[in-house]
Amino acid sequence: MGNDVVLGLVVVTALAFDFTNGFHDTGNAMATTIATGALRPRIAVALSGVLNLIGAFLSLAVAATIASGLVDTKLVTLTVVAAGLTGAIVWNLLTWFFGIPSSSSQALIGGVIGAMLAAAGGQAVKWHSLVAKVILPAVLAPVIAVLVAATGTWLLYRISRSLTSGGRNHGFRIGQIGSASMVSLAHGTNDAQKTMGVITLALIANGTLPANATAPFWVILTCALAISLGTYVGGWRVIRTLGKGLVKIESPQGMASQSSSAAVILLSASFGYALSTTHVATGSIIGAGLGKKGTEVRWNVAGRTVSAWALTLPAAGIVGAAAYGLASAIGGSAGVIVDLLILVAVSAVIYARSRASKVNHTNVNDEWTGVVTPAEPQPIAAA
Amino acid sequence: MSLINLSALWKIVVFGLLAGAGLPAIFAVGLLSLSRGPKTRTAGADSEAVVGGSLAGMIIAAVCFLVVLAAIGWGIYEVYRIGHPAPAK
Repeated sequence: MGNDVVLGLVVVTALAFDFTNGFHDTGNAMATTIATGALRPRIAVALSGVLNLIGAFLSLAVAATIASGLVDTKLVTLTVVAAGLTGAIVWNLLTWFFGIPSSSSQALIGGVIGAMLAAAGGQAVKWHSLVAKVILPAVLAPVIAVLVAATGTWLLYRISRSLTSGGRNHGFRIGQIGSASMVSLAHGTNDAQKTMGVITLALIANGTLPANATAPFWVILTCALAISLGTYVGGWRVIRTLGKGLVKIESPQGMASQSSSAAVILLSASFGYALSTTHVATGSIIGAGLGKKGTEVRWNVAGRTVSAWALTLPAAGIVGAAAYGLASAIGGSAGVIVDLLILVAVSAVIYARSRASKVNHTNVNDEWTGVVTPAEPQPIAAA
Repeated sequence: MSLINLSALWKIVVFGLLAGAGLPAIFAVGLLSLSRGPKTRTAGADSEAVVGGSLAGMIIAAVCFLVVLAAIGWGIYEVYRIGHPAPAK
């Protein structure tokens, strides 16, 4: 048996990551629903939270990919997992602060692989699986999402062109609620599993579970709760970028983009690809913009987002590797504890900075002015 | 094992288009049928009314919406089935 205190800390850190994964990604399901007024912001995040909880129990196909598919589980230590989580959380918080819809899954994988490289070198990483199961799907999935959402948008406007604009918006807003619910369910199914995989990895590293074990029930339950709570808190900065920043969106486009996201995420997850729900959702929203002539797609926002995607694996990896280096220089449990204390401090600083330029349910739909923070804070705007 | 699983890729594209674009299109056909009839013809362009009052239209709409719901239900069942493989005998 290993060290149960450190194991406990690692599990708590993993659940903290799961929480950031939830609030970073609320926008994937709900941004366009909130932007078109199909659901009020607070209702939208509550619905998404509940459906994430249910979704987390729906499938366990992806958890296996993370736990045993990407690194040599025999070489994983608790320090590696703690350092990897540190990299993932730091990257998630930074991108949230700047309102960039980047991938939590890629941050997690990047962090763990960075820490693994620092700990055991290149032979500990299954490079072929990394390319085939993570990197290529990350490149292909948003392209497929653009295609599906653009096709859907074109069809919806074509079919509904004889409706009055009022009737059309009303009808598709109802459709949006259904399709956004499906994305929330898909997100729970897909993303909660990644943390389940990491906690399982930690339990294996500690000797608590045998090497080929699957996630125990308490792991599934706590991960489901953490991601659901995070989703309910709502990452308003990312919601704003996705709903208002990328594309000036109407309700038929919202329904088309969410249907595309739900279909692509669920299909890929059933093939065992740990793909990024964020990449798919962003691709779908851009596709919805392209599917209707005359829609304004803000390519500078899209470009900034895609650049962040390219940086996610290496950036989270570098932080993960550095955290491992520091922890192993100090040594033992103390090293892990110092890492996690630094993580708490960095998180507190980012959170404090975010308070200065608040984005929340009251101003999330304000007119887009080129930056994530609305130009004029409106303390008594309508909810 | 090759890097790209082409059979998975084309399935994701084809089924993605059918479910991700086809189902909302069926929903749109339902919406269109629902709005056929006298009530929406007289309503103004800004009216949010979507129920037109034609019986045939409403029946077609109901069929469309049921198809969409059934497809979603089947999809969720498939995800559950694939995600919880039966223990090997």
